[in-house]
Amino acid sequence: MIKFEGVHKWFKKLHVLNGIDLHVKQGEVVVVCGPSGSGKSTLIRTINQLEPIEDGSLIVDGMDLRSKKTDINKLRAEVGFVFQQFNLYPHLSVIDNITLAPIKIRKSSKKEAQEQAMELLERVGLAVKRDAYPTQLSGGQQQRVAIARALAMKPRIMLFDEPTSALDPEMIGEVLSVMQDLASTGMTMVCVTHEMGFAREVSDRVVFMDHGVILEEAQPEEFFRNPQHDRAKQFLKQLLSPMH
Amino acid sequence: MLKYNFDWSIVTSGKYFEWLVSGLKVTLELSVVGIVCAFILGLLIAVLRMSHFRPVRWIATAYLEFFRNTPLLVQIFFWYFGSYKVLPTVVNDWLNSTNFEFAAAAIALTIYTSAFIAEDIRSGILSIPKEQMEAARSAGFSYLRSMQYIILPQAVRITVPPLVNQFLNLAKNSSLAMSIGVMELTYQARQVESYTFKGFEAFTAATVVYLVLSVIITALMDLYNKKVLNPHRA
Repeated sequence: MIKFEGVHKWFKKLHVLNGIDLHVKQGEVVVVCGPSGSGKSTLIRTINQLEPIEDGSLIVDGMDLRSKKTDINKLRAEVGFVFQQFNLYPHLSVIDNITLAPIKIRKSSKKEAQEQAMELLERVGLAVKRDAYPTQLSGGQQQRVAIARALAMKPRIMLFDEPTSALDPEMIGEVLSVMQDLASTGMTMVCVTHEMGFAREVSDRVVFMDHGVILEEAQPEEFFRNPQHDRAKQFLKQLLSPMH
Repeated sequence: MLKYNFDWSIVTSGKYFEWLVSGLKVTLELSVVGIVCAFILGLLIAVLRMSHFRPVRWIATAYLEFFRNTPLLVQIFFWYFGSYKVLPTVVNDWLNSTNFEFAAAAIALTIYTSAFIAEDIRSGILSIPKEQMEAARSAGFSYLRSMQYIILPQAVRITVPPLVNQFLNLAKNSSLAMSIGVMELTYQARQVESYTFKGFEAFTAATVVYLVLSVIITALMDLYNKKVLNPHRA
């Protein structure tokens, strides 16, 4: 479904992605973790070409991201992206946030798009907020709307870039449970997150990155019980007891 | 002792009142045409100014600097006395059969004001966080569609206060159209003065009408801002 082969990317002189090989199969849930500055956000942003790659090959849902023939807007319509800062459209109500792309890009009728949006809002537990505006919602609610907005395009892949990092602790759970729900439907998901509970319980595979390189790739049980790489050990230790 | 005999009746009824009303009508027409066209043109120039294609950006910048840095009166004279000289005779004949004064004034007002509006809208666009563009692009919108549905609607909301200023300027600047014979409000007030020597009354009337017109524009924009653009804000 997503296949990185020898992918490189630079920001000026900084080598942010240094020879990435990664294969995500259909229906798989992959968690990407690593210290800040490790390149994990850049990695996930290359999948829908918010960051273009400079070397290697990247195939997403059968489309070659380095080919000039690939219609990038078409690819993006098939790939849902959830941001750390939610990025809802502040000038539109919740329902309009969700229906905008289905109506304008998928050419759904307004009625059809709204019915679908209500189903999604039902699913993320926010049907009562259909006419609210983003600024009237809590962070957790905004993120759940953002997930519903992405799902409204019926994507084949969902990408999550630190979806809970900007949230107050008591709101993290509501977002993770929506994501867990989604994983159980067989959605292909790539999540950059520090939520190790989510990684352990929901993901099929954990990818550990540092300095633009994938250092470790393992099943969650194995990764948490017996990390191979020193930096992974250190990272987990700090994550579990940040005071030391 | 004051020798001047005030006669307000000339501007509140009769023939001269009708002149002023007909002048107001032309002023309103010029203002509405100007505001609508200048807004659309300004929006276009603002987007072109932000194009990723350099030559387009240069052309838009040159347009902007040219038209906001030359006097409006000169521009009006150029369109009225200059522009038609380089046009074919057929076009000239057609222009003479129309209300060319009005068209020249409307074109000058539109272009002049659009340069200022473009800058206001551009700063509005720049104030929208880049993540909004990323969110739109991620959903599969092209650059222009992202602008249309997500960035511009937000930018225009922020731009409303400076836009009101530009609209007011345009309405007031329309008085310069009298210089090429457009029979708008100031022209008619001048006519009334010429016929009656009642300059105080004539221009007081014109002043009051411009003032009311400006207040109405401000109130309408305020209402639009509150009811249509930001219905969810207190």
